[in-house]
Amino acid sequence: MSKARRILVKAVTAVLVLVAAASVTFFAQLLVPGSRATAILNQENGRAQQWTAAQLAPVNHEFGFDKPLIVQYLGYVGGLFRGNLGTSYTQFKPVTQVIGDELVPSLVLTVGGLITAWVLALAVTLLTAKRHRFTSALGSTWEALTASLPTYWVGVVLLVVFAVEIRIFPVIGGTSAWGTVLPVLTLAIPLAGFLGQVMRDEFERVLDQPFITTARTRGMGDARVRLVHALRHSVLPAITLSGWALGALVSGAVIVENLFGRPGIGQVLVTAVNTRDVPVVSGIVLVVAAVYVIANLLVDLVYALVDPRLRGAS
Amino acid sequence: MTTVAVPGASALARLRDVRFRIRPGTAVSSLIVLVLLVAVIAPSVLTHRSPTAIDLEHTLLPPSLSHPFGTDDAGRDLYTRVVYGARESLGIGLGATALAMGIAIILGFTGGLAGGIVDTVIARVLEVAFAFPVLLLALLLIAIRGPSVTTVIVAVGIGSAPGYARMVRGQVLAVRNADYVTAAGALGHRRSAVIRRHLFPNAMRPLVAVITLGIGQSIVWASGLAFLGLGVAPPSPEWGALLSAGRMYITTSWWLEIMPGMVIVLVALAVTSLGRTMQHQLEGAAR
Repeated sequence: MSKARRILVKAVTAVLVLVAAASVTFFAQLLVPGSRATAILNQENGRAQQWTAAQLAPVNHEFGFDKPLIVQYLGYVGGLFRGNLGTSYTQFKPVTQVIGDELVPSLVLTVGGLITAWVLALAVTLLTAKRHRFTSALGSTWEALTASLPTYWVGVVLLVVFAVEIRIFPVIGGTSAWGTVLPVLTLAIPLAGFLGQVMRDEFERVLDQPFITTARTRGMGDARVRLVHALRHSVLPAITLSGWALGALVSGAVIVENLFGRPGIGQVLVTAVNTRDVPVVSGIVLVVAAVYVIANLLVDLVYALVDPRLRGAS
Repeated sequence: MTTVAVPGASALARLRDVRFRIRPGTAVSSLIVLVLLVAVIAPSVLTHRSPTAIDLEHTLLPPSLSHPFGTDDAGRDLYTRVVYGARESLGIGLGATALAMGIAIILGFTGGLAGGIVDTVIARVLEVAFAFPVLLLALLLIAIRGPSVTTVIVAVGIGSAPGYARMVRGQVLAVRNADYVTAAGALGHRRSAVIRRHLFPNAMRPLVAVITLGIGQSIVWASGLAFLGLGVAPPSPEWGALLSAGRMYITTSWWLEIMPGMVIVLVALAVTSLGRTMQHQLEGAAR
């Protein structure tokens, strides 16, 4: 199969996965207890009661709930292709508008977290993998420990130590650069542990390979062997896992934004879950799923770039 | 002298062959799990206080000898509350893992055994499910059904099911083509008997360790939801609920967050470490 064709197949699969994901979120919206119009009216009036058919009718009409299900479904999926994620039950405006401005701070947070995690994991691997027994043990213990820490706990500890006890960073940082340091670190530390474990395994395996011995007999220094040969191999599984870790990163971002009072998609999400604003929740879940699918598609491409063995292979 | 066939003797012999190396990590983990079980079964053994005893003269006290974890805003002893919360927290962890494994076994075995179009469909469904992060899927369910203990169990269970399903499917596919399964088929055993006696036990064996790991993960996910105020609600002493209740005092009374969080971390680490040990032992036994 040619390279272009392989990419096309992957892209089509990605679109199908997204349509299926959209179907899940659409039908999930139908599972709201009672009717959707009741949920909206209750939310609007802050009550929990039954409404008469006459009261429900205008709401049903406004949101298009009176149309046949198949029409609603096709309208929803069709709307997605035009960038329409539906209408909020509580704010009565398009979900895209509700999410809109909040995407940027969340993106800064997650990308910052991912980059920091990579830097941390690379540093720990390069410095401690295949070194003195004690150094290696220290590195792998650190990775095993951090990888299993829940995000919220890392955040709470950092917050208490570096914002409350030692007042270096603000407790509520907003989107300022200084206030972003702790949220990014919170997100990065558990991920770095996770990535580091994988990098270390591969790193140690590669350093035992014959071509490393060859390089050393040619007179290549240890630092260069690590940086030039071993590193390139050991980042491969970590690249794959980075695409996969995106889900964990987004989940972490929701908790981090909530803890540090940082504006972003996670804050909107938690508010929407609290007010039972299902379209907004579905919209965000769908956007995240899209980012995940696209990111993994990119990972496949990056992989082919970094690993020459995959070029032209079918 | 006659030899009496003792049922299960072969299993005992196999058990003796496995060399149990007791590492310090395993010993500490076992101890933590043991204390956890005592807290679940008989919490009053570990503390003489009541988890609901309000003492308004001793509110928000930092950790000390008489209150090792400090006290909360109503003067309740936090250590006692953590001990009494163990039952509900572990229950949620077990419930969610059981649900996830149930779904995973059904999907994994159906796909792995049926093969063909059924397997392709299940593989695609799992691929779609993977696009949803666990926490977000859980939040979607909570948005629909409203927060409650049941919703949390169902949400965490469904959220973590795809990962297990992929593992089960992989196991079934690996075992299905094993020589002893082919041999059993060639001997003319009924397919249902082969599945029951060979496939199921052998595909499930490596998953025992995974289940152990899953319980720790489920507790962490459930407490994360509670931390967001969307899980078990205060005044329950469930660990996530304790975290949720302590949020308001984070800048003044750090122990309300750090202490229950530390217990969750320790339990998760202990369970994970034991799961890993079991994994190694089982792999060793299989060799």
